[in-house]
Amino acid sequence: MAEQKTFFPRQVVEAGGNRWDWALLPLVLALLVLLAFGARQMATPYQVGAELPISLDISYLPYYLLRTTLRMFMALAASLIFSVIFAVLATKYRAMEKFLVPMLDILQSIPILGFLSITVTGFIALFPGSLFGVECAAIFAIFTSQAWNMAFSLYQSFRTVPAELAEASRVFQLSGWQRFWRLDMPYAMPSLLWNMMMSMSGGWFFVVASEAISVSNQNIKLPGIGSYIAMAIEAKDLGAIGLAVGAMLLGVLLYDQLFFRPLLAWADKFRFEEIGGEAQSSWLLTWLRRTERLQSLGDLFAKMLTRSFSLFRLHHDGTSIRARTAETSPVMARAWDAALAALIMFATWRLLTFILTEVGWSEVVHVFVLGFYTFIRVMLLIGLAALVWVPVGIWIGMNPKIAARVQAVAQFLAAFPANLMFPVFVVGIVHFHLTPDIWLSPLMIFGTQWYLLFNVIAGASTIPTELRFAARNIGLKGSLRWRRYLLPAVFPSFVTGAITASGGSWNASIVSEYVTWGDTTVQAHGIGSYIAEMTATGDFPRIALGIGVMCVYVMSLNHFLWRRLYRMAEDRLNF
Amino acid sequence: MKEIIVDLKAVGKSFAAADGTPRTILDKVDFTLREREIVALLGQSGSGKSTLLRIMAGLVEADVGDVLYRGQPLYGPARGISMVFQSFALFPWLTVQQNVEIGLEARGVAEQDREKRAQKIIDMIGLSGFEGALPRELSGGMRQRVGIARALVVDPDVLLMDEAFSALDVLTGERLRDDILELWDDEQISTKAILVVSHNIQEAIMMADRVLIFASDPGRVKFEMQISLPRPRNADSPEVRQLVDEIYAVMTAGRIRSGRTTEELEPIRLDYRLPDADIGLMEGILERLMEDPFQGHADLPQLAEDTDLTDDELLPVAEALALLEFAVLEGGDVNLTELGKKYVAAENDKRQSIFAKQLLKRIPLAAHIHHSLSQEPTGELKEEHFLELLSESLDKDEAERVLQVAIEWGRHSEVYSYNYNTGIVHLPDTDAMAVAET
Repeated sequence: MAEQKTFFPRQVVEAGGNRWDWALLPLVLALLVLLAFGARQMATPYQVGAELPISLDISYLPYYLLRTTLRMFMALAASLIFSVIFAVLATKYRAMEKFLVPMLDILQSIPILGFLSITVTGFIALFPGSLFGVECAAIFAIFTSQAWNMAFSLYQSFRTVPAELAEASRVFQLSGWQRFWRLDMPYAMPSLLWNMMMSMSGGWFFVVASEAISVSNQNIKLPGIGSYIAMAIEAKDLGAIGLAVGAMLLGVLLYDQLFFRPLLAWADKFRFEEIGGEAQSSWLLTWLRRTERLQSLGDLFAKMLTRSFSLFRLHHDGTSIRARTAETSPVMARAWDAALAALIMFATWRLLTFILTEVGWSEVVHVFVLGFYTFIRVMLLIGLAALVWVPVGIWIGMNPKIAARVQAVAQFLAAFPANLMFPVFVVGIVHFHLTPDIWLSPLMIFGTQWYLLFNVIAGASTIPTELRFAARNIGLKGSLRWRRYLLPAVFPSFVTGAITASGGSWNASIVSEYVTWGDTTVQAHGIGSYIAEMTATGDFPRIALGIGVMCVYVMSLNHFLWRRLYRMAEDRLNF
Repeated sequence: MKEIIVDLKAVGKSFAAADGTPRTILDKVDFTLREREIVALLGQSGSGKSTLLRIMAGLVEADVGDVLYRGQPLYGPARGISMVFQSFALFPWLTVQQNVEIGLEARGVAEQDREKRAQKIIDMIGLSGFEGALPRELSGGMRQRVGIARALVVDPDVLLMDEAFSALDVLTGERLRDDILELWDDEQISTKAILVVSHNIQEAIMMADRVLIFASDPGRVKFEMQISLPRPRNADSPEVRQLVDEIYAVMTAGRIRSGRTTEELEPIRLDYRLPDADIGLMEGILERLMEDPFQGHADLPQLAEDTDLTDDELLPVAEALALLEFAVLEGGDVNLTELGKKYVAAENDKRQSIFAKQLLKRIPLAAHIHHSLSQEPTGELKEEHFLELLSESLDKDEAERVLQVAIEWGRHSEVYSYNYNTGIVHLPDTDAMAVAET
């Protein structure tokens, strides 16, 4: 038998692959074709002012879904590259860290729509005569909703690499490149992936805003789900909205199953904690691992990586003069600090004079008052959401069987873009003549309350079994049971959830305080509606003012409330 | 004289304390590591022995003095110096094989060569069959075997072991230690010298040709001892027992002056580094000392064996007992005093009052806390006052630790109490009121 083989061309006989390869082949091919098709559509010729037809016909939906998903993945890729560059620079150079970290802190509290209104004209000018410029603006807007938390997570992970592992990598002469792939990246992987998933959900929320760009009286609708929804809202077509919701759900389900689940399951090996944490499972990953061809693709990458290790390795050790660290001059460090301080002061002065000459003091005060309204709304809503979700979360978390199932649903709900529910609210408010100031508020927390829920679930499920038995044994009941046992036990995870929910709600206020349905606009008093309104009219000084004031609120809230609560929880209420 | 591998001359290292003043960790330490010798560094935690090891590993840079490896100044980790870590420091996402190969991979050794060398060391160290396993699938002992294989595969000149067996249970640790000694004595490994940092006295004596004992505050070599017994050594042989006794004597001496029960002990200072001794453990040891076979007198190594405590756990307790005049330390022995016997015989209430009396008499910090509190109308003071006082001579962590010990002892004897949430030290009667409120 063996000799017979030699008569056949090598490709036939040794053609690798097993039945798993064959089964997966159509899937891979289909994906490639779709990607190529979608990408080609992105660079079609386009002149500013031309109308891009958006059809509400259901047959167009899959195409729109493809375009939107493609856009989001491109933004995700850009975010990933940005995060790596940011994290490497900030951890490697002390001087960069001083500048970059506060910068990111500010950037992440700037509402996403703010970026869009400022950058879109620049991007269009960059690619004249092509749709690619507008695409870039949309992708950039999605990028701004995805990048910051990924960058922070990566930076945090790089900083908290276990000391002994860092020492080991130095003792065993790992170069910077080798260390990055062998230590830093693997260590950061689980939390980076988790944040990528969160980013993806966050991106959906702003898809509508980023695809249907209406800045400075320009009205461009890029083909995509977001534009479809925008059209449906203009046309007051609830049926189309329903279809869009369905398509979106399908999209979320698809990339969850085809992209994130396999990645999460794969990243399980990078978990650093020895115990705890349930392993994710993915049918696709199991499938992929059984194939030969695709496996060898992975092996090829691993081979290339190890080959690069011998290229980028240390050529000297600790006895060479090159290993000697030069004394960092305190003068240089201080000069850098001074330069930064000067830059900040100059920027503040410019911003203040700009706003004041264009807007005036009374408007500033007015915007601060509006900000206060939104502040009250955010805090009240988090309180209300806590009243509902903390007991529910504790109950679910303490029943492991239910917890596993609900956790999956809650993650799905978090990915679901809450702004699709907005039209329903508007119809309701208009129909029953309700006060927008109250009835628009729930929209702010609609998408972010899930963070509360699944953090509380996670917290409750980590209550040590022995403590549960002890509580039952003592016979803790009623309010005592809540005050002395359950609430303190979930407090740390509640704070974590509340921080995320609060940040998200501020951001969502821009979309949820100013909602349109056809030609009716429902508006609540608050800083979000102020920014949204000014964006619609293209009033730059007022947009800047609104964004600035919101930043002040978000940052002081983080600093004075959340960080303190967090530290308290870390310090005192830990198992 | 054998050739010198690592040479430290007048090495000093200090870290900045909370208030910015430098705190000396190592003070003018001279040390040489020569070919074909195993050296053990002993000392209580915080005595700078780990820092010294890290200076030799090139992980920490000395502030003053010369660090030479084979005659060349050392600025960073050298290729010829390998290290085994206390908590193994394995890469959890790499298999055993990949972990072992990492040092070779970093050096750009070709794949085939890498596999061959790794396989050889894996067989030698007793890991065959586990090449494809992830570290999390292995027991602690097996993990440390991986750590050792990873250090040995690069054919190091010097092997540094930083408390390599302290995270393992006693039996596993001893087996691993014997395996390494066997490799060393049979010259199966090309390593020219081994440096072991340990807090286990017996371990040091079983392994080393030379033992150095570190004194703390600031860290310096207090005592050096040559051990010329042939290996393998028997832990139960009179020679080894004799050496263990000697080292116990050195380690307990100096910190507490030994003396007769009748003599007055010299008072300690306000900022004395109170030993980290758990009160439950103190009482347990006192009771054990009264029983057979000790009858009030015990040899420290024997007591350690009898109570299954490590030296790190036992020595602070012994020091605390001596501080409070419950026992006297002498030449590696611990003897109960009359007071100690009285304490053991007493009921709980009586014990508490004896403890309180001794605390106020013997521990100036406790006495000062109590004195200051009783002058306050509310009977309350913030802990910061005392922390500041201690921080003037101790670093921040140490000051916190010392205050915590003082608070723990004061709480136990109800001399004063402490509220964790507010950080306030107060007299016990207000404590009773606070309890009544909640």
